[in-house]
Amino acid sequence: MTDRDLTAVAMSGGLDSSVTAWLLAREGRPVVGLSMLLWDRSTEAAHGRCCGALDLGDAKRVAQQAGIPHYTLRMDEEFREKVVDPFVGDYLAGRTPSPCVRCNTWIKFDLLLDRARRYGADRIATGHYARILDGPDGPELHTAVDADKDQSYYLFELTREQLAASELPLGGMTKREVRELAREAGLVVAGKGESMEVCFVSGSIRDFVESQVAEAPDRYAAPALAAPAALVDAEGRTLGVGEPYYRYTVGQRKGLGLAAKSPLYVLAIDPAENRVVVGEDRDLFAPGLRGERLHWIGPAPAGPVEATVKIRSRHPGVRALLRPQGGGRVEIDFAEPQRGVTPGQAAVFYEGTRVLGGCWIEGRL
Amino acid sequence: MEPVYLDHNATTPLDPRVREAMLPWLGERHGNPSSIHRFGQAARNAVEEARDKVAALLGGRPPEIVFTASGTEANNAVMFDVARRAGLRGHLVISAFEHPSIREAAARLEKDGLEVTRVSPGTDGVVPAEAVVAALRPDTLLVCLMLANNELGTIQPVAEVAAAARERGVPVLCDAVQAVGKIRVDSHELGVDYLVLGAHKLHGPLGAAALWVRKGVEISGYLVGGGQERRRRAGTENVPALVGLGEAAAVIMAEGADRTARLAALRDRFEAGLRRAVPDAIVHCTGSPRLPNTSHVAIPGVEGEALLIRLDLAGFAVSTGSACSSGTVEPSKTLLAIGLSRDEALSSLRVSFGITNTLGEVDLFLDVLAREVAELRRLSPLVPREAVAR
Repeated sequence: MTDRDLTAVAMSGGLDSSVTAWLLAREGRPVVGLSMLLWDRSTEAAHGRCCGALDLGDAKRVAQQAGIPHYTLRMDEEFREKVVDPFVGDYLAGRTPSPCVRCNTWIKFDLLLDRARRYGADRIATGHYARILDGPDGPELHTAVDADKDQSYYLFELTREQLAASELPLGGMTKREVRELAREAGLVVAGKGESMEVCFVSGSIRDFVESQVAEAPDRYAAPALAAPAALVDAEGRTLGVGEPYYRYTVGQRKGLGLAAKSPLYVLAIDPAENRVVVGEDRDLFAPGLRGERLHWIGPAPAGPVEATVKIRSRHPGVRALLRPQGGGRVEIDFAEPQRGVTPGQAAVFYEGTRVLGGCWIEGRL
Repeated sequence: MEPVYLDHNATTPLDPRVREAMLPWLGERHGNPSSIHRFGQAARNAVEEARDKVAALLGGRPPEIVFTASGTEANNAVMFDVARRAGLRGHLVISAFEHPSIREAAARLEKDGLEVTRVSPGTDGVVPAEAVVAALRPDTLLVCLMLANNELGTIQPVAEVAAAARERGVPVLCDAVQAVGKIRVDSHELGVDYLVLGAHKLHGPLGAAALWVRKGVEISGYLVGGGQERRRRAGTENVPALVGLGEAAAVIMAEGADRTARLAALRDRFEAGLRRAVPDAIVHCTGSPRLPNTSHVAIPGVEGEALLIRLDLAGFAVSTGSACSSGTVEPSKTLLAIGLSRDEALSSLRVSFGITNTLGEVDLFLDVLAREVAELRRLSPLVPREAVAR
């Protein structure tokens, strides 16, 4: 493949990727640290965010501590195209996106691995909490040993080829052990906290969406800044007028401003009609979901299969029957109704600790 | 193999003789040059000896030298002082590819109310003297023209511009940071009013620079406080660094002509060998007067950033442009200013030799460069097919 037997470590400047780099360097292997400048808003207070330039400075310092070369790659155009624009587009289409999945697949593996190969590195290591194990059909993706920190959900779109070129050294460790290693090694990032969920948004997501649309109204397919949405019940009766539809999320309870006997929740968002459907807690439960862009890490199964499905990153998982429909579509029947099936989120399939694949949620069944 | 450093326009290693001269002032000797006692007297003497040496190198007189902490500080000091004395009204002329410490200072002054004319270089990397002269106006406060461009190494017609500006009573600031130590620089031959050099570009230490101000030309304090540097720059002198700057200047006085020849031999061997190693590589601005140590090379179809990283991993330190950005890669404004496309600019590499390099290192570098370019072209999807076949 390439010529150097070199491993590239994706370094964000956070604790986990720093320890990853240090662990690999400690083995005495040829290692190069790569950081990506993804979102350059130098004017915003950026410290503590995974895309901030200051964090990249921390990555450089850790690389020196580990004794490895380090380069910062400007990838902000790719990040906007692959992550930020779809994120905003999803909100405008009434979905609640999961940008970290896209970022992990498109940016940290696809693009970074491609860059790494150009520099002569044929392998990439990251600080994700998940494991890559050898299986009969090639490499398999598994959950991390530390269940609290497991990030396998975010990696479901990886391919076997990518897994074969990847290493996740933290998958077998607990966060406590990682933190302890950082302290022992005296890494400058040892005391750092967790990174935020959506790293490129520093304030409210809703305000971010509006600012992006205001900045470049033509960039998105969906209509710009709509009028206040009608809040309706399941039968279509108008209960009140709220904010623009994209300011709501399925399952949301707070901020509806409606008086009712029992608490009301957002059930569905309808951008075409500029309506937000609300109802009671029990209405949030769905017997299954419709998914699109179905992806299997290993060979696709011939017919329906059973698996445990997580419908958001912190979901405990539910047994379900997966029924592929062709064209990348899938219908999923839950063993028992699940609360909060949210369009735009990923549904990830597990068998035991192994990640089989996943899909993107279109809606409920 | 020890890494080979080929980025001397970014900074240079300390000359061992300079280090020796500095060491006492980082060890047993110390003193504040403004103190009355003997510690102060010795430190004062060390600073003034350094001033004598720097003045001698530039063909000036010691009182004309103001020490600063960086070339940036010196450039900023002149521009802001000239603008302030004119009440933030008037006109500046700069070349479009000045160092950022000039470009950004001009941009700030523009916001403060001055007008700025930016004169573009030609495709030969040289700013036409007549274009600079044509930009002069009755209210022009200052002309800024660098002696040698930091990225291309092209030498600018400073003496010609200065002569014309003098006739019109317009002072000239010449940023000679990249030139001093590589070619002969004489303040009076250039005929400018302000001349700037930096110690770390000439095998001196970081943190020391000098501004030569022609006798009779006013410059009032940019930093105010104590009375150091004849009230032209307050702040306790950085004695060890200034001693180093003085010694570096003295070494150049003694060896300058020989250095120019040695640097040119390295550069010429590289450029001749490059025709065999990477036949389609283009060396920019070869027809223009250039510094003897700088080759700016475009390698079609190769991303300069990726090549830089591969070369670094293989043990050769070069640059894609100036080192003053955040360490990330954007097309060089200088290359865009001489009319290169974004793609051409991004496929460029700057190799800048130093007196400690050897001809053997140049040959090794050529071998590795050929290998890395071939490998990158094999791997990179950007490369057109015919380039691979070559």
